[in-house]
Amino acid sequence: MSTPMKHSYESSTTDRVISMAQAIREALAEEMRRDPWVFIMGEDVAEAGTPFKVLKGLVEEFGPQRVIDTPISEAGFTGIAVGAAMTGMRPVVDIMFGDFLTLAMDQIVNQAAKVHYMSGGKWKVPMVIRATMGATLRKAAQHSQSLHAWFAHIPGLKVVIPSTPYDAKGLLKTAIRDDNPVLFFEHKAMYSMRGYVPAEEYTIPFGVADIKREGRDLTIVAIGRMVHVAIEAAQRLAELGIEAEVVDPRTLVPLDRKTLIESARKTGRVIILDEGHQSYGATAELASVITEGAFYYLDAPVIRLGAMDVPVPFSPPLEDLTVPTPERVVEAAKTLCGRV
Amino acid sequence: MMSSSGPKIRAERSVYLTVDGEQWLHMYRQMLRIRRFEEQVNELYVSAKMPGLAHLYIGQEAVAVGVCEALRRDDYITSTHRGHGHCLAKGASMDRMFAELLGKAPGYNRGKGGSMHIADPDTGNLGANAIVAGAVGIATGAAFSAKMRGTDQVVVCFFGEGALGQGVLYEVMNMASLWKLPVIYVCENNLYTEYTPYQEVLAGEILDRPRAFGIHAEAVDGQDVREVYFVAQRLIERARAGEGPAFLLCNTYRYYGHHVGDIDRSYYRSREEEEWWKSERDPIRLLGSWMLQERIADERILEAIDREVRAEVEAALAFALNAPYPDLDEVARHVYANEAQL
Repeated sequence: MSTPMKHSYESSTTDRVISMAQAIREALAEEMRRDPWVFIMGEDVAEAGTPFKVLKGLVEEFGPQRVIDTPISEAGFTGIAVGAAMTGMRPVVDIMFGDFLTLAMDQIVNQAAKVHYMSGGKWKVPMVIRATMGATLRKAAQHSQSLHAWFAHIPGLKVVIPSTPYDAKGLLKTAIRDDNPVLFFEHKAMYSMRGYVPAEEYTIPFGVADIKREGRDLTIVAIGRMVHVAIEAAQRLAELGIEAEVVDPRTLVPLDRKTLIESARKTGRVIILDEGHQSYGATAELASVITEGAFYYLDAPVIRLGAMDVPVPFSPPLEDLTVPTPERVVEAAKTLCGRV
Repeated sequence: MMSSSGPKIRAERSVYLTVDGEQWLHMYRQMLRIRRFEEQVNELYVSAKMPGLAHLYIGQEAVAVGVCEALRRDDYITSTHRGHGHCLAKGASMDRMFAELLGKAPGYNRGKGGSMHIADPDTGNLGANAIVAGAVGIATGAAFSAKMRGTDQVVVCFFGEGALGQGVLYEVMNMASLWKLPVIYVCENNLYTEYTPYQEVLAGEILDRPRAFGIHAEAVDGQDVREVYFVAQRLIERARAGEGPAFLLCNTYRYYGHHVGDIDRSYYRSREEEEWWKSERDPIRLLGSWMLQERIADERILEAIDREVRAEVEAALAFALNAPYPDLDEVARHVYANEAQL
């Protein structure tokens, strides 16, 4: 079903180029046209189209019965979505800021994730929870977190983090068709990012990492917006004669271990980038997968660059310190490759 | 089990006689099935034949039976940690219930759910839930789905008064009222929030809470299956007709402890109190004595029902005890639906 990969950073003038927000909106609209049981619920999703305007126009096409404004009750409407999913609907829940997932944790972790298993396979929960993530937007500690690792830790949930409009659209369509609860994280700073998205229909399977840039000297595994940090770093490293391969897992669960390990075996040096906190985070799991799978091929320890282990500060110069940057990646890469 | 000195019940409600006697006999049998099933569960625990714990429904049988008798098979329920009664009343069979409680392969959920997680689509059971108020979202969502899909299904959400302490209940009641969803919130006040008298942890009047959301709310004597059935039927048909949610407060009593291991209860309630409920307010004896009084049944019929129920329990237990445990590869199955995708 997938068409050949093309990326935002290499789109030509003849390509169809749209924003991440538009790609997400297209995926939702196409799936809602295809399946009458798909609906959207969340805070300010209808006329407001969310504060990020991602859903703009959907209520006009599908009506308030399928694009449903809820009270500010994350636990309540996420729980309602679980029950609706169990009984034949395909809800897409909108969590305005990923930080608010904390309010719905029982519904997600104790209910949605476990219903299928606890019932011995009798009930299933085909639902998508779209949530924003990411810092550097000056929104401070309760509107900037990247909590994807929490959900990747819970069996029964799938976790998707797209890094381009192309991936966002194809992965969201797959998420809506999946019979399991899927957490779909969208970086707030990427909604306006533009990239190639074909007019033809396509989906992207889960569990298939995408090599966003090929290279022989170093592997940079990067999640979500960090893919673009990695690519910028790779371009600078190329000027120094270091060819970095950038691998985007695209889905943390299921995880394409094979592609990560193969790339690490090829290059022998690995940096892992994530915008979640470094300690006990996604970088740790990915590093472990790579170390276990490619230990004898590695020329150096795997380097992890996650977000600093501090609540996200408001003050711009402070906030900017908390997230990996191309400069820090370049420095780490030079050290790894003995170019200091 | 009946005696002429048994408890008396108000008989002035001749409206109850408009219901076919067979249906009351069926409810009597259903309550007795729950009672005998739960007595056996306690026995399994005491004799160390059952892994883990169980929360017995004994004393509250009239609530599950009165409400579920007013439901259709394709209507949904959600249940609680004290859920065996709800599951049986909604149509579960004892053998697969026992098998689930023992962690055996033919259990309703392949032994992977256990006492607190029995779920069965065939009887509309969305699942018991071990988080207090954990299923209120699911129940409300099923009602939302019934409305969106244009079916006329109704959902009953069972919970104890302890769930009144959870905020998510108020979130979903708000939406149920806003969107006129066909859900009945059935609150069983058995007087004890685990090991604490409910008055110590609950402010105000219970019925004021649903009413604050504009939800129609009523209270019934949860020991009188006739009253539970009549009121539940009215609320359910009201919801089915599109008139929105309701809240049914059933005042009842838990004969045993919070769970089977809660034996010393003297620090939170007296032996005399327990004995009073058992001798004066037992739901099975109340219905039995009324049926005798109204000549719906005689002693012989009630004794025959008891014998049949005991035989059913015995056979079901034997089935479960003899059943195999799940294959060990079952441990990694059903983490995800359509596992081939992974």
